[in-house]
Amino acid sequence: MTDQAIRTPVMARPRPEIVMHGLKPRPRGWLEWLTTTDHKKIGIMYLVATFFFFVVGGAEALLIRLQLSQADNTLIEPAAYNGLVTMHGTTMVFLFVVPVLAGFGNYMVPLMIGARDMAFPRLNALSFWLLLFAGIAFYASLFWTPPTAGWTMYAPLSDDAYLPDGGIDAWIFLIHLTGISSLIGAINFVATIHNMRAPGMSWGRMPLFIWAILIYSYLLILALPAVAAAATMLLTDRHFGTAFFDVTGGGDPLLWQHLFWFFGHPEVYIMVLPAFGMISEVLPVFARKPIFGYKAIAASTAAIAFLGLLVWAHHMFTTPTATVVLAIFMITSFAIGVPTGIKIFNWIATLWRGSIVFKTPLLFAVALPAQFVIGGISGIIVAIFPVDWQLHDTYFVIAHFHYTLFGGSVFGIFAALYYWFPKMTGRLMGEGLGKLSFWLMFIGFNMTFLVQHSAGLSGMPRRIYDYPESAGWEGYNLVSTIGAFLLGIGVLVTLVNVLRSLKHGKRAGNDPWKGNTLEWFVPSPPPENNFDVIPRVRSVEPMKDIRREVARNSQQAAGTVAQPVA
Amino acid sequence: MMPPAVRPHRQNRILLAALALALGGLLVGAPAAMAGAIFPESGGSPQADDISTLYKITLAVGVVIFLIVESTLIYSLVKYRARKGGPPAEQIHGNTRLEIGWTAGAAAIVVVIAAITFVYLDDIRNPPASDPDGLQVVGDFAAIDQAPPPGNRGLKIRVNGQQYLWRYDYPQENGRQLFSYYEMVVPIKTTVVLEITSSDVIHSWWIPKLGGKKDATPGHVNETWFKIDKPGVYVGQCAELCGDNHADMRAVVRAVPVAEYQAWAEQRRQDIEEAQRALAEQRRQREESQQ
Repeated sequence: MTDQAIRTPVMARPRPEIVMHGLKPRPRGWLEWLTTTDHKKIGIMYLVATFFFFVVGGAEALLIRLQLSQADNTLIEPAAYNGLVTMHGTTMVFLFVVPVLAGFGNYMVPLMIGARDMAFPRLNALSFWLLLFAGIAFYASLFWTPPTAGWTMYAPLSDDAYLPDGGIDAWIFLIHLTGISSLIGAINFVATIHNMRAPGMSWGRMPLFIWAILIYSYLLILALPAVAAAATMLLTDRHFGTAFFDVTGGGDPLLWQHLFWFFGHPEVYIMVLPAFGMISEVLPVFARKPIFGYKAIAASTAAIAFLGLLVWAHHMFTTPTATVVLAIFMITSFAIGVPTGIKIFNWIATLWRGSIVFKTPLLFAVALPAQFVIGGISGIIVAIFPVDWQLHDTYFVIAHFHYTLFGGSVFGIFAALYYWFPKMTGRLMGEGLGKLSFWLMFIGFNMTFLVQHSAGLSGMPRRIYDYPESAGWEGYNLVSTIGAFLLGIGVLVTLVNVLRSLKHGKRAGNDPWKGNTLEWFVPSPPPENNFDVIPRVRSVEPMKDIRREVARNSQQAAGTVAQPVA
Repeated sequence: MMPPAVRPHRQNRILLAALALALGGLLVGAPAAMAGAIFPESGGSPQADDISTLYKITLAVGVVIFLIVESTLIYSLVKYRARKGGPPAEQIHGNTRLEIGWTAGAAAIVVVIAAITFVYLDDIRNPPASDPDGLQVVGDFAAIDQAPPPGNRGLKIRVNGQQYLWRYDYPQENGRQLFSYYEMVVPIKTTVVLEITSSDVIHSWWIPKLGGKKDATPGHVNETWFKIDKPGVYVGQCAELCGDNHADMRAVVRAVPVAEYQAWAEQRRQDIEEAQRALAEQRRQREESQQ
């Protein structure tokens, strides 16, 4: 059976036919999208919705940058500025990076492990619709009062005594809706990956992106309940007279910070590990080499996730907390540097002695380690708690986490977009526009955030709507704003590229990149059931085996029968 | 034929090492003028200076790592780009010794950085003694975690954050109150210990040139210290989002000679007493006019 599967493309056997009676006709048009439980359609809806929120969050970032481009600027009012800061952070974390990864996961996990759908298709649809309505509920606050306490929502500022308006409640609503969406999505990924892998795909033959999505899911399951509890406590503090975070009622504002960051730091790895997984797929394909140190990369993903659960208080180095506690959290934070370093070395070793093909996905994938290493080094610097006393809550920290989240995650996401777009649509993205987009984004990103280190070192705190000329921060901020607009144009070029390629892109065929994993075995776009026959997996690069097999078969005289493959 | 093939590699390595050393040396020995652009602000108080030194050491290590990673990455991208007739990709799956090596290397680096941090920690955290010619106040330093200055001699100021203002309460003298807002006047050569709290939302006390920031959290007391050698004015602002006008919540520390501080304190105490007497007078007049 499995031997036939491998030879199917060459030997063109007739497909088994299934005859059914009394089947209801499938809904067409928009109703089809509304009612679908196909992981690929849900994945595409995830990607469209999250990229929409990415553009909205990006527009908010550009408004922030416009306001800060000059000293003593009066373009945006203080309350509106704080609203922009809060919306930008919340949007990018909860409505873009986390769910866009779920979107790629949704589309790719079943294809890469050789499954016909996710384990719970209807739950999968619910995940998406909850996410969409979370975004709508949150953005509806724009018509009343948007939240202004920052995405970290520190109590007691977020308590009703200081911000009684509904914006904070809209944020709580968003936390719960996206939280449930991510939780059931994560359970779905776990069930799918544990149970539905192709025959032969043992843990040691699972693609690294699948490893990353599995660990992303476990992290979500472990971390989300903490923020759900915190948001519920904030809700009852605001409306039902409890005092979890209110000192005058016997509560403690530090409780919020512990609960929030117990979620918030794993969230950082939730946002970056799948991007690491993405480039662990892209780099070997374009270097024409196997991934260097497969086991080390998979193990370091697990190690980062485990350590990531033990570092939350490094966001709280300036709070009134005993020094011994700060020292412990410094050490655990340092420890994360080791598995992260291992990954970076392994990626470079994957390129070493390769035969590197410079397509757009490779450019974005290579930019990830190049930029992430800066965020990693600045991460070690801010993990030293006495040094963090100077850098905490300044633009140095803004620069640090944008180097990890944008320079890391978003560049990985763009690599994945260029890499998998042909699989999803059947058409290649334009290489010219792709490379233009990459260089604009690469230059724009580094121009925006490199100088922010200096702004922070010279004393510029984050979340300020205005600064005096005498502070000497205007130069840094102007450079940063120009860079941000270059970056914005770069993103737009990719959007144009997507829209253009949908109609005019070159036909991709099944396997335009000579990929290593099973998604390249099926047609582009894949049929609804993904696989007619599920091939047996013999290594971590099943497509290489299949191509080799095909080549061997095609060299034989027509009509001869191959020896069974053991 | 071997030597010519090997030499460029070795030259690269030597060049790289030299570059890293030069950059590291430049970073550690760079003039204070670089503060702000690539180092944290310093120069006002020993705490800020020590933090800056610790930062510079880590940055030097970081720059070396950065150069190694980026140069290897760029080198492999250029050297191993696909070319017509070029060598095919080598099918290497890994190298256990190499991988154990860089794991141990990365671990060693963070252990060294942790050790250096602990060397500097006491000097950053614990306040030193005031100079003999500084103001000598004996206080009760009910420290939670930060040691009191030696001999319990130093000026203790209670800092209270409120939307969008800082209030400073100095020790009472014979029951006479001394407080001020926005501008904190302190004597030079004197260890000043701050006890920081808040009466509404969370704020963060930060004067970059004097040292690290400390959150002002309602229901908690946070501590830090500074000791200024020369008269001067140091500015800072609230570092934790505290509401719409967070950006307007500024603080100034003005360091003056001891005698000038004492004169200022005496004048300030008198002004406060004067204001309190005037308040009593106003109340009496108001009550009389209401009768």
